[in-house]
Amino acid sequence: MNEADLAQWFINEIKKCKRPLVFMEVCGTHTMTISRYGLRSVLPDNIRLLSGPGCPVCVTATRDIDMGIAFARIPGLILTTFGDMIRVPGSNSSLLRERVNGRDVRVVYSILEALEIARQNPSRQVVFYSVGFETTAPSTAFGIMEAKTANLKNFSVICIHKTLPNALRVLLDSGEIGINGFLLPGHVSAIIGVRAYDFLAKEYSIGGAVAGFEPNDILSAILTLIRQQQSGPMIENEYRRVVKEAGNEAALKAMQLVFRPCDSEWRGIGVIPGSGLMINADWQEYDALQRFQVDVGEPVEHKGCACGEILRGVKLPDECTMFGTVCTPENPLGPCMVSGEGSCAAYYRYR
Amino acid sequence: MCLGVTARVVKIDGKKADVEFDGVIQTISIAMTPEVKIGEYVMLHAGFAISIIDQQQAEETIEIFMEIKKMMEEEKRHERG
Repeated sequence: MNEADLAQWFINEIKKCKRPLVFMEVCGTHTMTISRYGLRSVLPDNIRLLSGPGCPVCVTATRDIDMGIAFARIPGLILTTFGDMIRVPGSNSSLLRERVNGRDVRVVYSILEALEIARQNPSRQVVFYSVGFETTAPSTAFGIMEAKTANLKNFSVICIHKTLPNALRVLLDSGEIGINGFLLPGHVSAIIGVRAYDFLAKEYSIGGAVAGFEPNDILSAILTLIRQQQSGPMIENEYRRVVKEAGNEAALKAMQLVFRPCDSEWRGIGVIPGSGLMINADWQEYDALQRFQVDVGEPVEHKGCACGEILRGVKLPDECTMFGTVCTPENPLGPCMVSGEGSCAAYYRYR
Repeated sequence: MCLGVTARVVKIDGKKADVEFDGVIQTISIAMTPEVKIGEYVMLHAGFAISIIDQQQAEETIEIFMEIKKMMEEEKRHERG
């Protein structure tokens, strides 16, 4: 059977449901799949898909963007980061603008490349500005361990990693949105496992389906969430070829060794207790925040930008007055328009 | 950001491995999947294999799809009948 037949079967099954239901996806890569394949347009009107705070670039607080910019301005320093980060506007600059102004800002695909840059530039300080959820955080932990093994003295990390479960809790506690189920992120779950979400079903009576990234993975997860409205909320794994029940033991161990939980500021949501990762005292020589002193003023948020409400699922991108007019992917004002995984950019590109 | 690609392991050297993806060979870290073997497929993210792809599960997924196909054909027959 081909993929298109299968998709049609899922859509027909989904259409048998007449109840109004709202499902939230909390993974930027799901946001992209849903927009790219126009999945919203094939679903019946009573099934609404909302995007939550699933794009790590988008939820990075302006204050933390400003901090990266302050690091880039330290003379002689090489700042490395993921490609998505460099266009995100801070209070009055971006890493890209700093690079245009002659600062040494380099895009890497992996922390391993940043380590290589440190090896090749022993006389310069190399800082890796690290964002991402649990999918990416263990690679940072292993990178720091590798820096220690290699005795690299010129390498450190700005650790802005965030963890997802407490953010879901805060979203639900706010009572701003009624959600009937979560499409749970495939690759975050490959690390943290499936049971990490049990509190959703137990404490909030909201089910979830861990989903992969093909259109049929998403449709199949939506059907699972619809069926749970009858059978009762639970957390189901629809991405078993990649996600093991207990997650990735080696990755979790490395994270536990190098990081400890901390409070973290999310754009649009505020400070969420226990939703960030900071570098443990045992590894603080690799913590850029311990190694350097930078001065970051109070952040200035862009007036009129609805990214905060969009990240909480309260507004859809086209309900922002700046969407598609003054804020476009070519000239993004808010982070949700910058990252390819941001809700606004995904909406804009495939509308 | 959490994007991953499926790649096949072609060589292992300690904590590093060469993987093939779309005809390109890339050296990655297998620190998170130390038990991976040559020939297996991994999910690759930011230079690290974050999971070994379970071929049996992948096949079971196909089996589920085949079952759905059967159901579809039966429905069609039913409609015609």
